[in-house]
Amino acid sequence: MLLQIAEPGQSAAPHQHKLAAGIDLGTTNSLVAAVRSGEAKTLVNAQGRDMLPSVVRYTHDKVIVGDAAMAAAVDDADNTIVSVKRLMGKGYSETLALKDKVPYQLIDQQGLVAINTAQGIKNPVEVSAEILATLANTASETLGGELNGVVITVPAYFDDAQRQATKDAAKLAGLNVLRLLNEPTAAALAYGLDSGQEGIIAVYDLGGGTFDISILRLRRGVFEVLATGGDSALGGDDFDHAIVSYLQQQSGEVQLSHQQMRQYLTTARSIKEQLTDSDTVSFSLPTAGGVHSGTLNKADFEQLIGALVKKTIRACRQVLRDAGLTGEDIVKVVMVGGSTRVPLVRSEVAAFFATQPLTSIDPDKVVAIGAAIQANVLVGNKADGDTLLLDVIPLSLGLETMGGLTEKIIPRNTVIPVARAQEFTTFKDGQTAMALHVVQGERELVDDCRSLARFELRGIPPMPAGGAHIRVTFQVDADGLLSVTAQEKSSGVQANIQVKPSYGLSDDQVATMLKSSMQYARQDMQLRLLREQQVEAERVLEAVSQALKADAALLSAQEHTDINQALAELARVKQGDDTAAIKAAIEHTNHLTDDFAARRMDQSVRSALTGHNVDEV
Amino acid sequence: MAISMTTAAAERVRSFMQNRGKGVGLRVGVKTTGCSGLAYVLEFVDTLNDDDEVFEHDDLKLIVDGKSLVYIDGTQLDFVKEGLNEGFKFNNPNVNGECGCGESFTV
Repeated sequence: MLLQIAEPGQSAAPHQHKLAAGIDLGTTNSLVAAVRSGEAKTLVNAQGRDMLPSVVRYTHDKVIVGDAAMAAAVDDADNTIVSVKRLMGKGYSETLALKDKVPYQLIDQQGLVAINTAQGIKNPVEVSAEILATLANTASETLGGELNGVVITVPAYFDDAQRQATKDAAKLAGLNVLRLLNEPTAAALAYGLDSGQEGIIAVYDLGGGTFDISILRLRRGVFEVLATGGDSALGGDDFDHAIVSYLQQQSGEVQLSHQQMRQYLTTARSIKEQLTDSDTVSFSLPTAGGVHSGTLNKADFEQLIGALVKKTIRACRQVLRDAGLTGEDIVKVVMVGGSTRVPLVRSEVAAFFATQPLTSIDPDKVVAIGAAIQANVLVGNKADGDTLLLDVIPLSLGLETMGGLTEKIIPRNTVIPVARAQEFTTFKDGQTAMALHVVQGERELVDDCRSLARFELRGIPPMPAGGAHIRVTFQVDADGLLSVTAQEKSSGVQANIQVKPSYGLSDDQVATMLKSSMQYARQDMQLRLLREQQVEAERVLEAVSQALKADAALLSAQEHTDINQALAELARVKQGDDTAAIKAAIEHTNHLTDDFAARRMDQSVRSALTGHNVDEV
Repeated sequence: MAISMTTAAAERVRSFMQNRGKGVGLRVGVKTTGCSGLAYVLEFVDTLNDDDEVFEHDDLKLIVDGKSLVYIDGTQLDFVKEGLNEGFKFNNPNVNGECGCGESFTV
């Protein structure tokens, strides 16, 4: 076993190495990366390549993934699945538009899209699982052991079905998914923006065939996707085609054969790449009459692609408008995708956002690197990590109940996503509103916990105390977002609120909160018991006073005096901190009023029955 | 008493330290655990402990706590590639027996 350098105090016991990898599962190419000795790097396979074409070929007895599969994309198009990411989590009817664009045969598998291959019907999840398994294999060979977990990136606009399909693919590949991470978030993490300045971040992702612009908000170490936009049919390939048209004009070859087209495209790509560092590139191309030689300078190239780049800027403007922002609101711009190497792209982006974009990390690898950094934190290789572990709830979430007590709804260390509900009721007769105070922490009293949010449920139909059924649901999604909903059952009135419980809590603060809950455990429990008795005393006082107001006539003068005396005594001890005395006073009052309660019951039964005969009841 | 490293190891340590951007050196040591009794420790160091000994290797610092030094004195740290995998290896003259994996050992 070869060793890697661990963070201080994080050396693993033998055979206990926590191996994790980040996977960028792309439409065209996929990569896997890992953190080793503190350094996040993409991992190369046995062929020395870190970029794996996201292509899977099914022959009648074999499954081939990557470069070898792509080599057969033309000759065996039916069985060579490219761009499977576009099919993930889609129903068959949703993919009809793609039907003529993909070279393989899409079929309807109980409403879901699938592909007919030489090895039978394969669904997108199975195809993606082959790519994931290949990447994971490279990772385990490189890291020297089985992976404990992976982080897989998905586009920010992926919906639940597409995310679930990605998770299913990972499961099928035998991988433990620590988390799905949005691609723009991964890119921002790669640049360490999570520990930097808070604010709005734009991620400009120009790949070979797609353009995505995402607007993220970083607040207290958590990235939130504010808006996404782009063009699913615009990318660096369009730059190449623009150059090809120019080359055709220059060489006079109007019609290109397939072979010529490939030659022109290769030349175009090479010109594009060379123009990143030089001002003029010369080229020569075979023509019908011989060879055409020429040059292309940077200015002309920029004119060729100018309209395409402007199109991406328009999309940026649109997405900012959607988010209600302007270019000046953006504090950082992250560049993703190979096409962002083109200098014109960089300068236009810099001009639009009025800030120099971040380009120091290879734009083809930045997403995988960010995923690797996140995977390394989530698997537990970092002690002083400032990235909060959102997979479990670090502190219990609950509600304030009468007497300033906390009622825990979701206990700490519960794995998210999670939803828990509990029923509450009204404290007073005719109560029509209820204040809900959402708190976080382990202590028994609200004052010792952290207040997260307050909201009110209004419009509860007037009912006797304890008559209303109010169901309060706490739901925490995979990104740690808490939503609390309160609903009164009979009328259906409801109110809700959303909060991010992890905001502003460092690991140290969490640790302190946990420690104090241990330290004060006994004291807290006694206080809780006292408060519970005080609340019960309050309830009894309220109920008996109401009853006296309504039905004092049912009591003799002596009884009335005794009860009043008991109430006064109860009210007095309730102020103190003698739990036992309060309990005794409550019992005494209950005992004294037993008869009164029975008489009230009889009376209400009698009044209900008046005018009715027994048979009717 | 001394601890050393090969040129290959030194190059990688230097690059990892630079990449990390902080830390005073590299801790090499042992802890009692594992299937054969002792296991190696290889960590970045942010703060030195009282019982730490520091061995200079050019611009790099190898840091060993006094107790560990007894077990790994004379060790040379190497960086090797095995297939796709690469990492550090301890060439420790004090070792009597290793477990199959080479991760833990007895002296």
